[in-house]
Amino acid sequence: MAQQLTQEIEEKDRLALAEMNQPLILGNPSYHDVTRVVSEIVEVRTPKIWYMALALTGGITAILGSMLAYLVWNGIGVWGNNSPVGWGWDITNFVFWIGIGHAGTLISAILFLFRQKWRTSINRFAEAMTLFAVACAGIYPAFHVGRPWRAYWLFPIPIADHGMWQNFRSPLEWDVFAVSTYATVSLLFWFVGLIPDLAILRDRATTKIRRTIYGVLSLGWRSSSTHWKNYEKAYTILAGISTPLVLSVHTIVSFDFAVAILPGWHTTIFPPYFVAGAIFSGFAMVVTLMVIARWVFKVEHIVTMKHLENMCKVMVATGTIVGYAYATEMFIAWYSGNPYEQFTFINRATGPYYWAYWIMISCNVLSPQLFWFKRMRTSIPVMFVVSIIVNIGMWFERFVIIATSLHRDFLPSSWGYFHPTIVDILTFFGTFGLFLTLFLLFLRFLPMIAVQEVKGTMAAEKH
Amino acid sequence: MIVQIQGSKQTGKKYWRSLEELADTTQFKQWVAQEFPATAEDAADGNSRRKFLNIMAASMGLAGLTACRRPEEHILPYSKSIEEQIPGVPLRYASVFSLGTRAQGLVVESSDGRPTKIEGNPQHPNSLGAASGFAQASVLCLYDPDRSRSVLEGGKASKWETFSESLKAQNWGDGSGLRVLSQAVNSPTLSALRAEILTKYPKSAWVEYEPINEDTLLAGSALAFGQRLRPVYDLEKAKVILSLDSDFLLHDSPGLEATRGYAKGRRNAEGLSRLYVAESNYSITGAQADHRLRLKPSEVLGFASDLAREAGALPQGLKILGQNDKFGKWTKSVAKDLLENKGSAVVIAGARQPAEVHAIAALLNQIIGAIGFTVNYIKHERESMSAGVTKLSEDLTAGIVKTVVILGGNPAYDAPAHTNLAANLKKASVIHLGYEVNETAKLAGWHIPEAHYLESWGDALCDGVASIQQPLIEPMFGGKSAIEVAALLAGLSPKGFELVKSHWKLDDKSWRKALHDGVIASTKDDFVKVVADPKRVDAAVSAAPKLVSGMEVAFFPSATAYDGRFANNGWLQETPDPMLKLVWDNAGIISPKTAKALAVENGDMLAITVAGKTASVPAMILPGHADETVSVTLGYGRKEIGRVGKDVGVDVYPIRANAGMGFSAAQIVKGSGHHNLVTTQEHFSMEARPIVREAKVEDYHHHKNFATHEDEEIEQYSIYGYHEYDKGNQWGLVVDLNSCVGCNACITACQAENNIPIVGKDQVERGREMHWIRLDRYFSSTSEDENHVASEDPQVVYQPMACQQCETAPCESVCPVAATNHSPEGLNDMAYNRCVGTRYCANNCPFKVRRFNYLNWHKDMEESTKMVFNPNVTVRMRGIMEKCTYCVQRVQEAKIQAKVEGRRDLRDGEIKTACQQTCPAEAITFGNINDPNSAVSKLKKNDLNYGLLKELNLKPRTSYLAKLRNPNPELA
Repeated sequence: MAQQLTQEIEEKDRLALAEMNQPLILGNPSYHDVTRVVSEIVEVRTPKIWYMALALTGGITAILGSMLAYLVWNGIGVWGNNSPVGWGWDITNFVFWIGIGHAGTLISAILFLFRQKWRTSINRFAEAMTLFAVACAGIYPAFHVGRPWRAYWLFPIPIADHGMWQNFRSPLEWDVFAVSTYATVSLLFWFVGLIPDLAILRDRATTKIRRTIYGVLSLGWRSSSTHWKNYEKAYTILAGISTPLVLSVHTIVSFDFAVAILPGWHTTIFPPYFVAGAIFSGFAMVVTLMVIARWVFKVEHIVTMKHLENMCKVMVATGTIVGYAYATEMFIAWYSGNPYEQFTFINRATGPYYWAYWIMISCNVLSPQLFWFKRMRTSIPVMFVVSIIVNIGMWFERFVIIATSLHRDFLPSSWGYFHPTIVDILTFFGTFGLFLTLFLLFLRFLPMIAVQEVKGTMAAEKH
Repeated sequence: MIVQIQGSKQTGKKYWRSLEELADTTQFKQWVAQEFPATAEDAADGNSRRKFLNIMAASMGLAGLTACRRPEEHILPYSKSIEEQIPGVPLRYASVFSLGTRAQGLVVESSDGRPTKIEGNPQHPNSLGAASGFAQASVLCLYDPDRSRSVLEGGKASKWETFSESLKAQNWGDGSGLRVLSQAVNSPTLSALRAEILTKYPKSAWVEYEPINEDTLLAGSALAFGQRLRPVYDLEKAKVILSLDSDFLLHDSPGLEATRGYAKGRRNAEGLSRLYVAESNYSITGAQADHRLRLKPSEVLGFASDLAREAGALPQGLKILGQNDKFGKWTKSVAKDLLENKGSAVVIAGARQPAEVHAIAALLNQIIGAIGFTVNYIKHERESMSAGVTKLSEDLTAGIVKTVVILGGNPAYDAPAHTNLAANLKKASVIHLGYEVNETAKLAGWHIPEAHYLESWGDALCDGVASIQQPLIEPMFGGKSAIEVAALLAGLSPKGFELVKSHWKLDDKSWRKALHDGVIASTKDDFVKVVADPKRVDAAVSAAPKLVSGMEVAFFPSATAYDGRFANNGWLQETPDPMLKLVWDNAGIISPKTAKALAVENGDMLAITVAGKTASVPAMILPGHADETVSVTLGYGRKEIGRVGKDVGVDVYPIRANAGMGFSAAQIVKGSGHHNLVTTQEHFSMEARPIVREAKVEDYHHHKNFATHEDEEIEQYSIYGYHEYDKGNQWGLVVDLNSCVGCNACITACQAENNIPIVGKDQVERGREMHWIRLDRYFSSTSEDENHVASEDPQVVYQPMACQQCETAPCESVCPVAATNHSPEGLNDMAYNRCVGTRYCANNCPFKVRRFNYLNWHKDMEESTKMVFNPNVTVRMRGIMEKCTYCVQRVQEAKIQAKVEGRRDLRDGEIKTACQQTCPAEAITFGNINDPNSAVSKLKKNDLNYGLLKELNLKPRTSYLAKLRNPNPELA
């Protein structure tokens, strides 16, 4: 039975490859070429431009650090949060970064399980992006609390004072588990995938330090068939564990809102809508970064137009799902006959935050529609610009959900408005610094493309 | 006998016992003597190292006793007598708070020697247990670190002894060069001293001046009755009330009995009273009106005289203004209604209106048979304050006056503009007694810090009822009272206690009783039998200046700064104006139509010119305000004041002159610039949501369940199951929207009781005000066919909004650390020390009543201000959430007390929340809803009772009684 299934899957793989009628790796390089091209990025003398870039992103990260220090010293009041808008840019940015992370997991886990071979050229990169995005996201829940030095009380650990349990009915508590699980599994998955490639770097190392460090990290990998057998098993299991996480993390993040009673938050459509939005924004971020990286590191033959085009297809699909969700929300608000719900959605589109709403609609629903055209989705400049626009739109989506629902709810007497402060803006800006700094370090010290997996793809194509 | 002792804290006993042992040591006694020296410079300078070490060492050893500052003289707690104070258990003393020419009897709570909370004295006829926002907030003035701390001679620090020596050395002869300028003399002891001074210096003069005064009211009664009288209303008996520009629920009544009586008349659906209000500004009295007529302040006289003619109170044929057409429908219907309710109707005229309007009101009251029933008159011999200060200024100009002794107040700031008093005072040597080094103190050769009323002995009258002003604490900064300075002037020993005690000549027992009760037995003014003379009024009205068209400006006391004396009080500055919801500012209030005509928006400056002087005031648009009129509030724009009130708002005294102390014609144009006005509420429409539910009383009789008939009964299921709430005490609260007048007293009560911080204008603008109770104010359109957008003539409703203590509280289920939970008694409790501050609870609160400490609001708080804290309530740190607790500390205290007394059950009404306790309108009822006989349970069974947002299945413990209005069918 299992054999039959495997055969079927392999058959499907072949058909899928044939359908794509384009090789995934161009120029027919040898295995050694792939190894060399990818490894040399890490091995050559550090280019000056890298230092300059690191100085820049490091400086931006320092802004983040100082803003957080200022926040901890003075209190949440340095941000624009208020009553009624208890969450502003903090949770907006949290959901934004978590969402970006999703593409990495999707590419590495779900596409792996579905034997989408084209993922191999971009999965390492995307997984790294996941981790760094989760790192940026994690800052917000930790620092958005009024007393960050007590943020550990959210974890059910014995040292938590007062000897009492957390409230397991709170979606925010579910969030703690969802996000921490996600971060852990993503890290493990990424690291397991790295082991064979770390071994390549160890074997190619010319200095003792490099040999030692990569040696330790590669956990004694010798490419024996037992190793490969175990590796494949471990990788598949982790992919299996990661797959539900792609759905669960953003589902649970959406519960923060969906479980609340606030009109505009209390919506059953949120889980699928949030997951689609996350994949949408994540792929957009991968495209943005990949377009730059493949050009800078001259790996256009490994990360081909085929990969980019596929990602654009995912974007038009998820973008349209998101657009459908917007329409459904509006329809349900009208259909429910609930005046508060109706007001919230009319207020979104026509109230004080109408600008944010229409930025969201134009960026998320309209701009990806360009990718229906092959010329557009194979044009590097177009996809680069659209991917950035999509991420702007997705940031606004989270802002619209959080701020417009909170700023006008049940009692008009409590209505207000949210104005971000310079600290809000610089903190968000600073997270990009952290994200890019981690990326620069990744590009410099780890193979940005999964060498061994690409070789596997090449083998599949050859035979 | 009212039990005044609050519950004891068992846990504190051991700690205190050891302290008492320590207190017997000689070091302790020395330290107590040294801690607060007679002269305050040491503390003020803070540079004495020895003193510093002394205090520090003592504080370390005796932490907790640092606040013991007991007055020297023997004062009696307002309670059943006790042998000694139990540390940690607050004591309560009766005292009295004077404002203008009236006073409120108080019960002041003292925690370990610090007065912390002010409540009304139930035995005092004016306060009846309630206390106004001013009276309650006055305790913060006591601890104001910006108070004057030292005697100043020419601006340099000096000593009281030096001053009294120099005063004794003065030779004023017959006193022709001596003038005393004081605030309203409301103290019999001070009155006696005044007589003594005038005997000693027969050619001197004593002038009383208050910017908010009753000059026109007294002149009006003189016109009508031939003697200076003050009306005393009994609004409980009134079935029809007409207000002629009188805001008797707030500004025009420093007493609270008017509110109490009015509210009682609005609670009975069977005999609901009817209120007509004719006014220019939209007052909270106007908000209560069943019919409200918008007119310019100068038009009130025309309306009143038309009405009087219609009612037959003025001779037929008089047509001074010929405005019958304009107000025709109103005058006919109101006159008819008043006459149909002979003996149970009343007409009230406002303090801004000229004497003629007061006289017409007296005539009307006579013809509708109100006198002796709903209104009575008492003697009130008091000279015109404006005339007095004008004469003083003339004497100063003429050079007759050599010395002016100013006892309290700030005349350099608030005197009528035409007197030019500030400049004229420079021509004489000035001795100034005042709380702060204010505008007047800056002109004075000698400045003496004035003692707060909680620091000094005194007495006060309110409609003849005398109370002893009992101090609770030794003067914080070495202040002296007006009585003491006057005594010095009269050549007597300046000892306040002896002066007051000897004035009253009571035997020891009656004296103790007077202190204990807060009122001196059998002191009350008799009602005067009066007959108004229509002819004299007729003549005066005919001679009144003709109405001129054009813009007008009207002057109102501020609901927060009053006349400017409370401008440095942060609690009051942050209390939103009842109508505008404006904080930390005053404004020129105009109607939307006038705003359009002047092309101004909120915050645009208006240049208001009266008699050549211009004030630049930010405009604020208020629907329902009279057209072509600007209403401005006094008391802002102080220049010489502490840190809180400095440069807050704009000063409009420069355009308030003799001819127009109430209102006057003015040129008003759009000025230059814009001022940022900050409000606590930005949206005033209910958006057609059933938040405040209201009906006409006749509709209610046909449709008793109108308040709830649209609520859907939905069967709800919970996966967790519901809590059991059928045992023991289950706390609940009902707010009667018929009684609530929106006066803000509850906000201040809550602020004082629950240690609620102030955040400042900037933070209020950011939406971070901390008030646990807010008074939501909504506009509703009077005509039903209009959509719910505020019209030119909207009605106003108030709704006090605090935590609703939902049984299925949405805030509780979302808190990740379980910091907010339900108590078995149905309270939604906050565990402050568990809260990490995710703010998720606030987001999920449908009423948005949770308050978050965004910053450390206590960061810059001075030590003296910290003394105002209620020790029974945690002072919350930054980063955590807080909200109304139904005054859980009071609940606990009562429970402990019951336990001590061996009672199993609490008595209904034994626990009063702070807001309920102080509500002059008795709009709030708290109690056990599990007890079918409790007052709150009975109210919850009322037809009018409804809970908010029923569709959310919140099961709130707070509910509201829907509002009823009683419009006149003829006017509808």
